[in-house]
Amino acid sequence: MESYFKSYDSVDGELATVNLGPTHPATHGVFQNILKMDGERIVSAEPTIGYIHRAFEKLAERRPYYQITPITDRLNYCSSPINNIGWHMTVEKLAGIEVPKRVQYMRVIIMELARIADHLICNSVIGVDTGALTGFTYMFQERERIYEMYEELCGARLTTNIGRIGGFERDFSPEFIKKLKSFLKEFPARFEEFNSLLERNRIFMDRTIHAGPISAERALNYGFTGPNLRATGVDYDVRVMQPYSGYEDFDFIIPVGLNGDTYDRFMVRQEEIRQSLRIINQAFDNLPKGSHHADVPAYYLPDKEEVYSNMEALIYHFKIVMGEVPIPKGEVYFCVEGGNGELGYYLISDGGRQPYRLHFRRPCFIYYQAYPEMIQGALLSDAVLTMSSMNVIAGELDA
Amino acid sequence: MIAEKMIFILVIFGITLLIATYLTYFERKVAAFLQDRVGPNRAGPFGLLQPLADAGKMFFKEDFVPSAAERALFILGPGIAMFTACMTGAVIPWGNSLHLFGRDISLQVADVDIGLLYIVGFVSIGVYGIMVGGWASNNKYSLFGAIRASSQMISYELAMGISLIAVIMMSGSLSIREIVEQQFDGWNVIYQPVGFLIFFICALAECNRAPFDLPECETELIGGYHTEYSSMKLGFFLFAEYINMFISAAVISTVFFGGYHFPFMQELGLPANVVSLLGVAALFLKIFFFLFVFMWIRWTLPRFRYDQLMHLGWKVLIPLSIINMVLTGGFMLLKDYLW
Repeated sequence: MESYFKSYDSVDGELATVNLGPTHPATHGVFQNILKMDGERIVSAEPTIGYIHRAFEKLAERRPYYQITPITDRLNYCSSPINNIGWHMTVEKLAGIEVPKRVQYMRVIIMELARIADHLICNSVIGVDTGALTGFTYMFQERERIYEMYEELCGARLTTNIGRIGGFERDFSPEFIKKLKSFLKEFPARFEEFNSLLERNRIFMDRTIHAGPISAERALNYGFTGPNLRATGVDYDVRVMQPYSGYEDFDFIIPVGLNGDTYDRFMVRQEEIRQSLRIINQAFDNLPKGSHHADVPAYYLPDKEEVYSNMEALIYHFKIVMGEVPIPKGEVYFCVEGGNGELGYYLISDGGRQPYRLHFRRPCFIYYQAYPEMIQGALLSDAVLTMSSMNVIAGELDA
Repeated sequence: MIAEKMIFILVIFGITLLIATYLTYFERKVAAFLQDRVGPNRAGPFGLLQPLADAGKMFFKEDFVPSAAERALFILGPGIAMFTACMTGAVIPWGNSLHLFGRDISLQVADVDIGLLYIVGFVSIGVYGIMVGGWASNNKYSLFGAIRASSQMISYELAMGISLIAVIMMSGSLSIREIVEQQFDGWNVIYQPVGFLIFFICALAECNRAPFDLPECETELIGGYHTEYSSMKLGFFLFAEYINMFISAAVISTVFFGGYHFPFMQELGLPANVVSLLGVAALFLKIFFFLFVFMWIRWTLPRFRYDQLMHLGWKVLIPLSIINMVLTGGFMLLKDYLW
């Protein structure tokens, strides 16, 4: 391949300083990169973070546990159900709540739908950044169907706040099941249409192969997880390494790449979408009968009818809404395979109504540290593609 | 005689502007068609008044010149782009002559002997508009766009010119009318398929159309050379692009696809004037077909990276066009010896 991908050490003449961001359209969020450029080539990059820092970890210290769910929505807002459910499972782990198999499978379906939506956005945006807008509009129609399913289940679309500690607020409605069935039936064909636009497109391949590569060793040193790590060839996936929510029941493949470049990241995500579909199909076919929530009256809000007619339900309702649920003392770390990588929650409880300390392990924060190294010596176009293929979401980066 | 020409110039100018205006509408409708969308449909029936609304919007927006910009050049840039774009239409033969009021009216503003050179020359000047505008904006992204535009145009003009030389060798004339007349028996594309392909690719690059829209690529350069432009100055740049597209499609149609010739035009036995008018319609049909292809390509393909663009231009298209030229020459010699 061309030599310019090698590191760039001798520079003649004057360098231009260019601000890539914070309002640059290609950054898909609010990041700033101060690039030193020699013509079109990037000599060095200096990332700035914090443009949408909202102090979520501090906010969480002043909120009852159930009120932290909406905060997690705003981390990686492309796949907020995964964040919500991950948080619920963290609290369940701390409180020792066992959820029924049906809840686990429902969660798997929702989380995998969210993963599909997340990867669809990322991959179609890679397409947009190479100049192919059409695939993006095709895939946004499909993402819309996923959002309609969220809407059917929880009433919201982007910041879903889906589910409760102990289960879901309501069961899958017949309408949801109808939508899910038609999605599972029609999506693969539409998705292959998108593939045929990009996957083997010569221009697209030339643009993305060898663009923004990172070695497996460097990626592991930085702490990469998720599709970006798998693109370098490391088969680490939380769903397999530490199965949660019944992922051990399903048969799926973890795709890995070779070079860790933009094309590999794109292809890994493409394959993960297919595997997510497999998981959803398995979970949906084997969906157990039963309740859509665990039998934990101290944590799970009772039905409104119960509240109005039953004394105990009223008491529980009051206590839950006021945040006075019994939370044991302790420290837990729980992680889920988020849309972007290992999304971890490190929760310390002192037994009070709020967490003593809550830390989000946000994969985007880690990816962004490696960004200057990955784009050094590359062209400006590669920098934009590297950014979009790492799927760095500003909300998750800054938290 | 002069009045006649003046009227014809006005008509051509008006038609060029009208078509450029409606190309924006056409582009959006084609994009919508390809992307499963509806496209503009609010202003007038089928959104047909949309271009007028857009033009009105452009006129009423604040005409903003950044304080750090080079004011005179900043204004000159879009002017050059628009001027050169409008000038190229002059040598295109829009149709055979019409016989009206006892005299022949030529449907061509100027039958210049060096028509093809004239077009290539004016298209080259067009890049100055982008360069000057991008440089005068005093914005680094604009400068990147301007540099990309100039290097792209220079490299692709070479291949474009060489692919045209093969056609000129065959026809033995630089006059476009002459080239069209010689295609009566068969379109040039039959004899010059490779030349046509090279010319077509270069035409895309000359118009800054995808996959060669690097000078303005919005994801990297935020609009490139026209980042700092607003109001009708921006409109001029966009307009110039659409006029260039229109002219490119017209040149492709005339040089490679027989211009106003259409099959069986003599065999039908129609009056000469009707044949002429049908010829004009045939030319416009060809032009619109190529415009559609331009748009089709734009909404299908990703764009090249800067170095790949140069690679394609210098290492693929130019050698290919030279080989094409040499082969054409060889065949012409052979033809003389054998037949």
